[in-house]
Amino acid sequence: MIIQALAFYMFAFVAVAAGVMVISARNPVHSVLFLILAFFNSAGLFVLMGAEFLAMILIIVYVGAVAVLFMFVVMMLDINFVELRQGFLHYLPIGGMIGLVLLAEILVIVGGWILAPETAKTAMAPTPEALTNTRALGELIYTHYIFLFQAAGVVLLIAMIGAIVLTHRRREGVRKQNITDQVRRRPEDTVEVRDVETGKGI
Amino acid sequence: MFEIGLAHYLSVAAVLFSLGIFGIFLNRKNVIVILMSVELMLLAVTINLVAFSAHLNDLVGQVFAMFVLTVAAAEAAIGLAILVVYFRNRGSIAVEDINVMKG
Repeated sequence: MIIQALAFYMFAFVAVAAGVMVISARNPVHSVLFLILAFFNSAGLFVLMGAEFLAMILIIVYVGAVAVLFMFVVMMLDINFVELRQGFLHYLPIGGMIGLVLLAEILVIVGGWILAPETAKTAMAPTPEALTNTRALGELIYTHYIFLFQAAGVVLLIAMIGAIVLTHRRREGVRKQNITDQVRRRPEDTVEVRDVETGKGI
Repeated sequence: MFEIGLAHYLSVAAVLFSLGIFGIFLNRKNVIVILMSVELMLLAVTINLVAFSAHLNDLVGQVFAMFVLTVAAAEAAIGLAILVVYFRNRGSIAVEDINVMKG
């Protein structure tokens, strides 16, 4: 129990500290790296809660795809980040105030709130005791929640098409391979056989 | 103190969510950091869903957490694509310059 508590406090503290660094780092590249740290520690929290599959998904999807995408864009765009940081201290008081008020409100709600006793009986899909987390989730999303799962796939497909359409551009003056032209080309059209007399060139 | 319950996880999620809001206000010119703040807020929401799922012994919370992760990934991809197009057209990503549509 005490090990679990220590692990929780470690993961929670590092995640929150990484979150602070994400929004306050000078260099956006550092922000992305701290975002990755926050995701790793949240994955640790998920493991503590018994959601191993989601923890692995979080690492694979976020660290493997989203964070790398962020890193790619930050490094690809040639941006003067010093200019973008102007007004940072100007916005600090009002932003900090709104953040603190929101945090206080949420904490008041979390502190003074209890579950209705009969809530536990109304579970839509009680966690099976014998199965692993991955298997139990799989048996759920491929049966009862198949349409939600398919909708998730459609969302990803649309996002992919949208991103490609947005960023694709046709550039002038680029030599490209034209497969049809290459296949249509015949030897008769291009190769010419000539008799060359000895001692003379063409 | 050493008994970790639902409230502990909810508190961590609350702190992360507030940090996301704070980040949006703090980096009002830098769209990339704003997108990262939105990711932090979605992460806080996911932690909430999983915490309730674990506490109530109901797997549906984790199914919805997966859906939130999917939507977050799609949002990041589209947002960054828009950012790249915007940078190509304007040569800057400052939020104040986004007034082409005069909305």
